[in-house]
Amino acid sequence: MGSIWEYANPKKFIATTDRLLPWVSALALVALVGGLIWGFFFTPDDYKQGSTVKIIYLHVPSALMAINAWMMMLVASLIWIVRRHHVSALAARAAAPIGAVMTLIALITGAIWGQPMWGTWWEWDPRLTSFLILFLFYLGYMALWAAIENDDTAADLTSILCLVGSVFAILSRYAVNFWNQGLHQGSSVMRAGAMMGDTEERVSNVYAVPLFVCIAGFILLFIALVFLRTQTEIRARRMRALLARERMN
Amino acid sequence: MIALLTRDLRLAVRAGGGFGLGLAFFLIVVVLVPFGVGPESGLLSKIAPGVLWLGALLACLLSLDRILALDWEDGSLDLLATAPLPMEAIVSIKALAHWITTGLPLVLAAPVFGLLLNLPDAGYVPLVISLLIGTPALSVIGTFGAALTVGLKRGGLLLSLLVLPLYVPTLIFGAEMARRAIEGMEATTPLLMLAGITCGTIALLPFASAAVLRVNLR
Amino acid sequence: MELTVSDLSVARGGIAVLEGVSFTIASGEALVLRGPNGIGKTTLLRTVAGLQPPLSGAVGLERDAMAYAGHADGIKSVLSVRENLQFWADVFETGSIDAALDAFDLRGLENRAAGGLSAGQKRRLGLARMVVTGRPVWVLDEPTVSLDVASVAMFADAVRAHLAGGGLALLATHIDLGLAEARVLDVEPFKAVPPPLDDFDGAFL
Repeated sequence: MGSIWEYANPKKFIATTDRLLPWVSALALVALVGGLIWGFFFTPDDYKQGSTVKIIYLHVPSALMAINAWMMMLVASLIWIVRRHHVSALAARAAAPIGAVMTLIALITGAIWGQPMWGTWWEWDPRLTSFLILFLFYLGYMALWAAIENDDTAADLTSILCLVGSVFAILSRYAVNFWNQGLHQGSSVMRAGAMMGDTEERVSNVYAVPLFVCIAGFILLFIALVFLRTQTEIRARRMRALLARERMN
Repeated sequence: MIALLTRDLRLAVRAGGGFGLGLAFFLIVVVLVPFGVGPESGLLSKIAPGVLWLGALLACLLSLDRILALDWEDGSLDLLATAPLPMEAIVSIKALAHWITTGLPLVLAAPVFGLLLNLPDAGYVPLVISLLIGTPALSVIGTFGAALTVGLKRGGLLLSLLVLPLYVPTLIFGAEMARRAIEGMEATTPLLMLAGITCGTIALLPFASAAVLRVNLR
Repeated sequence: MELTVSDLSVARGGIAVLEGVSFTIASGEALVLRGPNGIGKTTLLRTVAGLQPPLSGAVGLERDAMAYAGHADGIKSVLSVRENLQFWADVFETGSIDAALDAFDLRGLENRAAGGLSAGQKRRLGLARMVVTGRPVWVLDEPTVSLDVASVAMFADAVRAHLAGGGLALLATHIDLGLAEARVLDVEPFKAVPPPLDDFDGAFL
């Protein structure tokens, strides 16, 4: 009793998450709705940015989750490679579309925010560009899952892709930084700092507290969605296994 | 190992399309660019290093699925897997053969194509050096992508989707090196980064490619 | 030398197809696997040859004792017959290909491009590769597909020569090979039984 690996059993995983899911979902809902309403209606407008600043409550949490989702996939992939728990591989598969959507939300809210602030929908700023590349990694990862019929083969291949992709994503991040500084002599980096930078330093408490509530809401939402989607993946996997069993007899 | 390399090179020469196709594709890209952006020589010479790097990258991409797919289809890959060669050596040799048939001709032809695009005089040496150092990484990364998609019927498009994001750092440092050299800026940093990426991928990525290939073979 | 396969279970596409397969082949012996299509003969052969891991059980010999020939011959059509064989001789570091050329009567075709060969001739070239490998254990999957009667006899002679030299062979085939001395193993009794339905983890695989 007590080993965390017990939850690698699909049955146990489904039973446990079934019990947790309503609570996590409810908490996510409360935190999200509360945080967003608080942020949108009960914080003062920024003296320079006006009300546009309030998109921060969607932009920052989604950007954070875009990276965290990939991290979670990386950990899950490693667990699959080392310990070969099917639930782990399926959880990585389940997290990918969520991470991709988070990345997309971060990109779109960034564009909507950037338009009034910088006067352009898109800027080849290092941070924006890295997120676009991260989005491409998500697309490739999901496409590979979708393309391979055999579940175990797909899990193996996507896990290795996730590992290699992580290294190249970090490399790309630095390369992109280098590349744009070379062109813009650092001017856009300051803009990026103003956009994404350390919330503790740049954003006063009036904005920061609802922002943390929103971040917590996004994390809970992510957990709830991963639970739900992993359950779906487990059931789909079992269904395929049963169909294969039918064919065998 | 040398036997595998000579066989792959011989196949590339005899079957056609090995050396020629990539080069022809490179030429077409270079010819099409002025049609797309206009014939103004100032603009062309400004974008020349980037276009040449992009052209090399696309020409390289074009031939990736041939690295392993042909050997997969006719069963040679199964037989090679039982041969006394480690899988890591097989994928490394395959990458090397791909570089010799695709990367090296592109490097050699790049100065000629640079003429067509008004590449500034200061750019020739850095461009060739950056391609020479960078294209091996393209072949090694491409072999990883080819190993991932080798078992798929229509893997070509997926291969591009998987490989192109992995090409980003190489492209950035390669093109940046040539561009900086042309603008008279210091180009050692991108050169070292590019060399680092190439060495790193050559040293480490064959292990991933071999692992992936073993999964696909079973 | 002896090939001992003990309690081997093999899976195709993640699903167990054969379970508890055990047999022993001694030096100079051949074993023919029989069974209906789809029973898992190819999967079993690939597992024994080390191309895929078994679900459970063990193959007594390392994979570098095995030479495998599957449905595809791995022939490059633009290379000549000699070049094709020489390549495998170089890869397996055995050197000469003359014995293989003689055994499968490929002398006259030596310099022809392999792409111009008929299906049966290609098959002979593919089997000649087994001689070239110099490996003691031949693992052959449907070796006589598209061979005419004379070529089947040629193949049987080659196998006999291999066995006489202390080698052993494991074959899967539907038709008579003319190898009267070979033992036959019907794999149908080893067909995997699906795990009980209420076992969630079991049905998962």
